[in-house]
Amino acid sequence: MKDLGPVEALDNKMVRVLDGVHLRAHPGEVTALLGPNGAGKTTTLACAQGLLKPNGGTVRLLGQDPHQAGAGLRSRVGVMLQEGGLPQAVRPVPLLRHVAGMYAQPRNVDELVARLGINAFANTPIRRLSGGQKQRVALAAALVGNPEVLFLDEPSAGLDPQSRSVVFELIQELRSEGLGIILTTHLMDDAQRLADYVFIIDAGRTVLHGTVPELTAATGPGTGTDRLLTFEARPGVPFGTVAGLEVTETVPGRYSLAGPLTPAHLQALAAAWAAHSVMPSAIHMAPRSLEDVFLDISGKELR
Amino acid sequence: MSAPAPLARRVLLQGRYETLAMLRNGEQLLIAIILPLMALVGLVVTPLLDTFTASRIDLAAPGVLALCTVSTALTGQGIATGFDRRYGVLRFLSTTPLGQSGLILGKIIAVLSVMTIQVAVVGGAALLLGWQPAAGGLLAALVQLVLGAAAFTSLGLLIAGTVRPEATLAITNLLWVLLAAAGGILFPVASWPDVYEPVAHLLPSTALGDALRSALIEAQFNVLASVILLAWTVLASLAAIRWFKWS
Repeated sequence: MKDLGPVEALDNKMVRVLDGVHLRAHPGEVTALLGPNGAGKTTTLACAQGLLKPNGGTVRLLGQDPHQAGAGLRSRVGVMLQEGGLPQAVRPVPLLRHVAGMYAQPRNVDELVARLGINAFANTPIRRLSGGQKQRVALAAALVGNPEVLFLDEPSAGLDPQSRSVVFELIQELRSEGLGIILTTHLMDDAQRLADYVFIIDAGRTVLHGTVPELTAATGPGTGTDRLLTFEARPGVPFGTVAGLEVTETVPGRYSLAGPLTPAHLQALAAAWAAHSVMPSAIHMAPRSLEDVFLDISGKELR
Repeated sequence: MSAPAPLARRVLLQGRYETLAMLRNGEQLLIAIILPLMALVGLVVTPLLDTFTASRIDLAAPGVLALCTVSTALTGQGIATGFDRRYGVLRFLSTTPLGQSGLILGKIIAVLSVMTIQVAVVGGAALLLGWQPAAGGLLAALVQLVLGAAAFTSLGLLIAGTVRPEATLAITNLLWVLLAAAGGILFPVASWPDVYEPVAHLLPSTALGDALRSALIEAQFNVLASVILLAWTVLASLAAIRWFKWS
């Protein structure tokens, strides 16, 4: 449905933001762009939406070049911008009716307003709404044209837990209706809960992509494993291998051990701590998460 | 499959929306209606315009109509666009079927709609104060108002699209005051010192003020002033196309 070749783009200050993003998204799927702040997620979306013309590479949205495309293509695509993109002095419902007027067959505004709980603040000017309320209005504005493709830039930013579950449920429902949804997030949890397919972006490049199970199972130290043990201790201790598994210091003072872990590994690890006179300040063991994958490949924390 | 509403409907909707936004904004009403009315009354009750040949009100009314154009096209529209750009409204609307060209057409409709209201209110007040416009120049005046709107809208968009909204606010308000006081709008530049006069004739504000005075006092179409207004429109539009940042 949409293919970003090795896309390159410069920002307003002519800094190279994207340098080889590959991305493809399909109808009926949620595709997540995951990466730390400043990785180039929003710039990637701007290229895909046609708001920005990349310096190189190819972008196709529903088979067309979004930068050249006209109202016909734009009516099939809904966009929720990170900053919301909402006029501040207007009230939510008149704004949504105005946006709905741009389409031949918009969604029913009243239903959308009820579904997203916008009724509760329908008569408050947008500038006085909370971040989560603004976010819901922006989502409604992206949906009002009944799009086939939906771009959501950081959809869960500023949402309280309750609006978050309302928004997530709606995203899942839209996916089952066959919409192609492309969202960005720097929250692992969002990607793990929502995404069918994840592109991990770092420093303007796609560094890894796959389904969530593929990414958490098949990469990093100890390929094919499903458990990860991390612990924190003083930096720079040469633990080497423990019962056949290598201890990696991912960031100074944080060590990880990935593999088909058994009680024997824990025993050997405790022996290694004793040998180096180390008492870890924190120990954590869990199935590998996207966060671990990201840490493995970039050496950076996501947040 | 989703489809866009027809182009004319999208543009008219956006025009109505932006017109209402301008009319609902208190500061914009102040600069679009109240201050021009005060200027009109002030010029009629004081002897400021007595050095010229025509009567006070006949000289004041065309100038105040020119000032109204600057209020709406440059200051009002510029500030609104600047803040819409800050909040991402321009980006969002350009992803809808409205698009970038629809947005700009909507702004032009809004400027012309607000100016229609201004002409009715300020022109009506001037008639009550005894204004006798030259009937033969009304059509010429209408053309000149549209040319003035084009020049100042392009300038307003250029400023709003290149600097921060706070700077747009400051610059367009300051320009309004400077142009009103010394930009050939209310007071013909013939009354200014000789060194300033040739420069002042090149200003879009002088061109618009002179053009409206030629039309409404002498029933003449001021060709030179029209050319100057067109030149400003072309230059500012080209600069805006080149440098306008949507976000």
